[in-house]
Amino acid sequence: MIYFDNAATSLHKPETVIKAVTEAMTSLGNASRGAHSAALGSNRMVYETRELLAELFHIDDPSRIAFTMNATESLNIAIAGIFRPEDHVITTVLEHNSVLRPLYRMEESGTEVSFLQADKKGNISYEELENAIRPNTRAVICTHASNLTGNVLDLEKIGEICEKHRLLFLVDASQTAGIIPIDVRKMKISVLCFTGHKGLLGPQGTGGIYVAPEINIRPLIVGGSGVQSYLKTQPDEMPARLEAGTLNAHGIAGLHAALSYIIEKGVEQIYQEEHEKTDYFYRMIRNIPDIHIYGDPEAELHAPIIALNIGDYDSAQVADELMEAYGIAIRAGAHCAPLMHQALGTQKQGAVRFSFSQFNTREELDAGIQALRELADENP
Amino acid sequence: MRKKKNALIISFSTTTAAMHMEKCAALHRLPGRLIPLPREISAGCGLAWKAEPEARKMLLQMMQDEKIEYEAEQIVLC
Repeated sequence: MIYFDNAATSLHKPETVIKAVTEAMTSLGNASRGAHSAALGSNRMVYETRELLAELFHIDDPSRIAFTMNATESLNIAIAGIFRPEDHVITTVLEHNSVLRPLYRMEESGTEVSFLQADKKGNISYEELENAIRPNTRAVICTHASNLTGNVLDLEKIGEICEKHRLLFLVDASQTAGIIPIDVRKMKISVLCFTGHKGLLGPQGTGGIYVAPEINIRPLIVGGSGVQSYLKTQPDEMPARLEAGTLNAHGIAGLHAALSYIIEKGVEQIYQEEHEKTDYFYRMIRNIPDIHIYGDPEAELHAPIIALNIGDYDSAQVADELMEAYGIAIRAGAHCAPLMHQALGTQKQGAVRFSFSQFNTREELDAGIQALRELADENP
Repeated sequence: MRKKKNALIISFSTTTAAMHMEKCAALHRLPGRLIPLPREISAGCGLAWKAEPEARKMLLQMMQDEKIEYEAEQIVLC
């Protein structure tokens, strides 16, 4: 199988990640539960992983990072734990349902939400963002890159606007962590939500949330913390505040190995490699008759994603054909991004999304290009 | 059971601070180890740093330099 569905999850993980999970499952106890060697071993590994994440995202204090199951959990924690009924929040139509659905739920209790629209290429207007700010605006929450088009938002610019207007800045880095450099200081990010199993190359079931020092999030779930057991409430201190229950230390051990790989290689280098592959694929298919490409792949910064359709073909049919006839795995349909599809006018047809990894080879890219040529030729 | 003797016990409010302590003590080659928090001490985190009382000054200086937050430090018979 040729795997071009890395925006859903990365399939090719460094061998060290698999080894780390196996070793963890035979040696680690419960982090923050006891002081015997197995528990301390787990604690050390978890602490080191926080340090690696802090290094990757330029976070001063590793204790401000809590582990979660995935970006969706992180976003639910942030949205439910920060926003109040009297708040106004600005977001974009580029968002995934992991941002939209928690926001829609907040709307039911009174929170007002404004959606920044996208132009034909799927880009937002930063002027419109500033114009959308009201006296009760509390925050801007947005993705770093659209999971459908790969378009990247300018976080430094949004961070500046947020700082100027004293707004919180919440970022969904699902598509960019480990792929595009993120600097919470430079980008003035208040809350960063990320998953471990995509660009970070870790196991599924790992993710996290960074919370800036001045922000206290109401915990979404409460329970065992291994500390302050006689308190009736969840401890105030991060990360225990947001880490009720046993951590996925086995998965986090894999994430530790993955982060070590990424930091050693460098996110800039990874971006360069993935961008070259994406750009090559884009340039080779853009002139094929009947292929319509969405988004802005020629932008200076673009996530390794190309979304397209072939004529009027149902995207699901194209996906099935690619898998059955060519052994190529891509993702068709709505991609949990309903507003982006509405903006592109692809609600009915969906889109065929190719998403690449640093491990894809030129031969694989050529096989994908050839498959698209043949399918486009068959289009009546 | 081992015979009790005086020891320096440093307690922390978070596990993360305790792990930071362990890492820095190793880096600075300072004595001690993490132990389960003795019941005489009330603290947030279930881990404490135990060392010879003579190491108190060096450890506290290092913790100040490394910005390691702790809850309390005391000499305890344990």
